[in-house]
Amino acid sequence: MRVLVAMSGGVDSSVAAARAVADGHEVVGATMKLWGGESDSGCCSVADADDARRVAAQIGISHHVFNFSDDFDAQVVAPYIAEHALGRTPNPCIECNRHLKFDRFLVRARSLGFDAVATGHHARVVEEGGCFRLRRGRDAAKDQSYVLSMLGQAQLAHCLFPVGVLTKDDVRSEARRLGLRTAAKPDSLGTCFLPSAQSRRELFARRAALHPATVQDADGTPVGRVDALELVTVGQRRGICVLATGGKRRYVTAVDAVRRTVTLGGRDDLLVGELELTDLTWVAAAVDPGTPVLAQQSAHGVPVPAVLTTRTHDAGGKSATVRFDQPVVRAAPGQTVALYDARDPDVLCGAGIAR
Amino acid sequence: MAYLDNAAGAPLRPEAAAAIRAATDSGLTNPSGAHAAARRARDAIDAARDTVAAALGVDAAGVVFTSGGTEADNLAVGAAGSARTGALVCSAIEHHAVLRPVLAAGGRTVAVTGEGVVDLARLDEALDPKVALVSVMAANNETGAIQPLDEVVAIVRAKAPGAVVHTDAVQALPWMALSGALSPVARCDLVAISAHKIGGPAGVGALATRGVPVRPLLLGGGQERGRRSGTPNVTGILAMAAAMRAATEQRADEVARVRALRDRLEEGLAEAIDGVTVSAAGAERLVGHCHLTIDGVESEALLVLLDEAGIAASGGAACASGALDPSHVLLAMGATPAQARSGLRLSLGWATTASEVDKALDVVPKAVGNLRRHSRRIGAGVL
Repeated sequence: MRVLVAMSGGVDSSVAAARAVADGHEVVGATMKLWGGESDSGCCSVADADDARRVAAQIGISHHVFNFSDDFDAQVVAPYIAEHALGRTPNPCIECNRHLKFDRFLVRARSLGFDAVATGHHARVVEEGGCFRLRRGRDAAKDQSYVLSMLGQAQLAHCLFPVGVLTKDDVRSEARRLGLRTAAKPDSLGTCFLPSAQSRRELFARRAALHPATVQDADGTPVGRVDALELVTVGQRRGICVLATGGKRRYVTAVDAVRRTVTLGGRDDLLVGELELTDLTWVAAAVDPGTPVLAQQSAHGVPVPAVLTTRTHDAGGKSATVRFDQPVVRAAPGQTVALYDARDPDVLCGAGIAR
Repeated sequence: MAYLDNAAGAPLRPEAAAAIRAATDSGLTNPSGAHAAARRARDAIDAARDTVAAALGVDAAGVVFTSGGTEADNLAVGAAGSARTGALVCSAIEHHAVLRPVLAAGGRTVAVTGEGVVDLARLDEALDPKVALVSVMAANNETGAIQPLDEVVAIVRAKAPGAVVHTDAVQALPWMALSGALSPVARCDLVAISAHKIGGPAGVGALATRGVPVRPLLLGGGQERGRRSGTPNVTGILAMAAAMRAATEQRADEVARVRALRDRLEEGLAEAIDGVTVSAAGAERLVGHCHLTIDGVESEALLVLLDEAGIAASGGAACASGALDPSHVLLAMGATPAQARSGLRLSLGWATTASEVDKALDVVPKAVGNLRRHSRRIGAGVL
């Protein structure tokens, strides 16, 4: 096959490219420039693109840089800011995968005559009778199936995840064995366009208005103020300065952008028996209502038993309710809930966005 | 291989290669020294300086050798001294080597027409006696549009008599005479050039000055009459002079030959591909430039296919990571952001052959066709 490897300049995609070559594919590497602007620092920096280019040269493939920064801004950064203004907390990595890596990049690859794209994600694509299934990566600690949970057949038919069968240690030792310059490069952490809490505040201040809000107790008693409601997330514990509350841990349980209130409560106040999901996507066939699933609310969250039920106002199959067997601490509104097969817990069924 | 990126850098001319070999073989070294070896190097540089000075129509003393066009442009912009905000003016389509230092010093840009030529009425409005420097390139690096320097100089002398006129002649150098009564470049106070556009080596250039003092960017041993400290790039300077001599001698023939090739290429592509617009078609253009925008085709993708097929071409300006930014030149000409991402520059040079043009005429339409067939988003259908 002709394979275009998305090379970030990290060790996983470096080894993914090397493995694609070793598997006999005709391989070309490409680095997406998504962010950086004039300063060109942090994620997608010149240094990362250089690393990708030099690894490509080392393994004997050509390498290109695609500037998708306008698309990234329009489809990841701007919605991220807009959602936070509504008191919601989207997952930008998932939106980047949805709109950039597995749409813009994949379509670019197809238009250039490539049969598939490969990335360094820790996940596995398995074809069974003409149907592509998405399984967790071999390394449970590095599994990235959650951030790929919005993929469907159209994308999976053209996706390779060459390092999904490896542990992270395997990846690094393979990189060392091949002498790749990225072998010891630290894993990327956090959100690429927000290298620090300070940069998050600066981005919001630059792109949208920041609004102060009243911090209140569950019964509505004001207990303090925050200077930027947009920077507060449901489930957050730190960074909210309030009057002493008797030594109990306090969590943000609600952010109301209309009333400009942030409600605090105990951990129990975050427990929910069910969550409504919107924007449902399915890897293959939609799961029938009543089917047991394992619901995972964050990238490395614990999958918990649940049942999917539909509602009468179900919008064309795009929304549903996930009912947990036991109450769970809820994901913030806007976060993705990935649904795995209860009978085969490594297999991803689909995902929706918590309301 | 069809090398059609001569505006980025032309292949080394044999005369320049010979000059490099000669300089290396004769062991030319640091010209600053009180001994025979240094004198030999100094004599060689003096001869090269005479060549460059003649080509640019200035006294030998007016030539400052630099590390290339960017340094020459920066040196020129800095010649305005500690400029007040608004005292520096340049066209909106200048190379970044002018644009960035002008904007960094609080300068302003002047709009261009849809044909990529500086708008003289807007220039007139932008000038007042407080303006210290005006920079308008001799010809644009992307479109090849030749700028009306005669009129620019006249307007500056009338509206801002104290202002220095600088021109970035890096792209014009291979194709236009930069000296003599007929050359508007010869009426500018400062002229920046670069060797690798005419078949010299990369990493060497010059700023020609006509009675304008320049403030050095580099301080040190006081070389180049204190205007550019640092041991000069002896080999590079000799090779640049050799390339300039050859280019000057052969210019008339090269211009005629390359113009015919460029016109054949441009007309052929416009005929073979739907939705092609020749940039700056209504302007007088350098003969080596063929710049097109192609509806619905992103240059970034097209360049990948051309590269695979052995064609070296260019899109907009490449940033440090290698990514293409939307062209500020096309944006200034009124292009939409999508159009500014769909530019294709095929630039011919002294070494371009008819078979390279034939190859481009064969490959480019096919590549455009392939891209157009597959450019659909996932939401719009099957991959």
